[in-house]
Amino acid sequence: MSKSALRASATQLLTEMSAEPNQTNAGSKAARMLWVNHVFRIRDHGDKQAFAELFEHFAPRVKGFLMRSGADASLAEECAQDVMAALWHKAHQFDPGRASVATWIFTIARNRKIDLLRRQRRPEPEELPWGPEQEPDQADVLTLQQETVALGAALADLPDAQRDLIQKAYFGDLTHSEIAAETGLPLGTIKSRIRLALDRLRHAMK
Amino acid sequence: MSTDIKHHLNDAILMAYAAGTLPEAFNLLVASHLSLCDTCRAQAETFDALGGEIMEQMDAATPLPAGSFEQTLALISGGPVETPHEARAACDVLPRPVRDYVGGDLSTIRWKPVGMGVKQAILPTSSDASARLLFIPAGTAMPDHGHGGTEMTMVLQGAFQDADDRFARGDVEIAGSDLHHTPVADAGADCICLAVADAPLQFNRLMPKIAQRFLRI
Repeated sequence: MSKSALRASATQLLTEMSAEPNQTNAGSKAARMLWVNHVFRIRDHGDKQAFAELFEHFAPRVKGFLMRSGADASLAEECAQDVMAALWHKAHQFDPGRASVATWIFTIARNRKIDLLRRQRRPEPEELPWGPEQEPDQADVLTLQQETVALGAALADLPDAQRDLIQKAYFGDLTHSEIAAETGLPLGTIKSRIRLALDRLRHAMK
Repeated sequence: MSTDIKHHLNDAILMAYAAGTLPEAFNLLVASHLSLCDTCRAQAETFDALGGEIMEQMDAATPLPAGSFEQTLALISGGPVETPHEARAACDVLPRPVRDYVGGDLSTIRWKPVGMGVKQAILPTSSDASARLLFIPAGTAMPDHGHGGTEMTMVLQGAFQDADDRFARGDVEIAGSDLHHTPVADAGADCICLAVADAPLQFNRLMPKIAQRFLRI
């Protein structure tokens, strides 16, 4: 499936569901697909309107996440700008069969946090590049985006104390030996979707 | 990619890697393992997804000051800061993250002998944990040692046996403070490992204690 076809199907889905990402259904599958579509608009057309909408939604969240992780307001703001600029430049690397836009922005923000707050390098695994010939299947993209919506809902439904513990791990309040990796969240389904996406990339690399 | 990895990273380490809270040396080992193990890579990216949801559910009441969007557009027009990574050659012993720290391939490593044919090369990471490459000649034992903290050892070439378990390329042995161990390299081939630790190793005999000063571990 071509990139333009994938984009068209995302647009069609949105039309069917009449969704706007900043309304009450921000966590819905349609909203996730709209963000995917926004990233494609940046990638394919340098679309500043799409970027402005992504910025409005995600930049404050990146800033909040970084402040909760120990950055002061001005560093968090500088960092959030860097993260959003990186989104623009890396738009061609985004793989919606493997990550939601929220996941992807989180990984960029996390890496920037290590750079700026801890002044350390962040070793990354060898990249599994993708191009037009390994375009993710539309059904795979929809399923993965749906799984991230389900994960978000499950996280919101956790008892406060349990969710607080998970958040502490991500904000850096716990060391790896203090982390209880048993989250009570349905992570297995999302893992198997990501595993399929990795298999697709490995196959295409051969 | 190796498909027969038997000893994997645990969820606590993978979650901390996704959160970005591990020491640099630990990140290096995790990134190296994920380069070879898609099972753990999928799990790590699942924890990335959890991080994305935590960020998504952050209170959005931390708006950026007026003008931030325009400043970001100005940043963008300055062009990307990162340089693209080279593609990986298929037969490398060193996964790309290790190669980045060595500054080249196996032949580039500046080994320092530490006795009994064992050699090591310390990699430059932040001081909250240490990372080293170890070269253990075929059939040779490492000195018996224990740990104050966590030590992780990943095999890059050859294999070693420790108690009942065998560790081959891509496998990771995770040792906590309760484990004393004596890894022995397989007789067939020299063993090269990446070892990271967040506390000094503790050796059990006098000789290794002296050696420890030279090993810097």
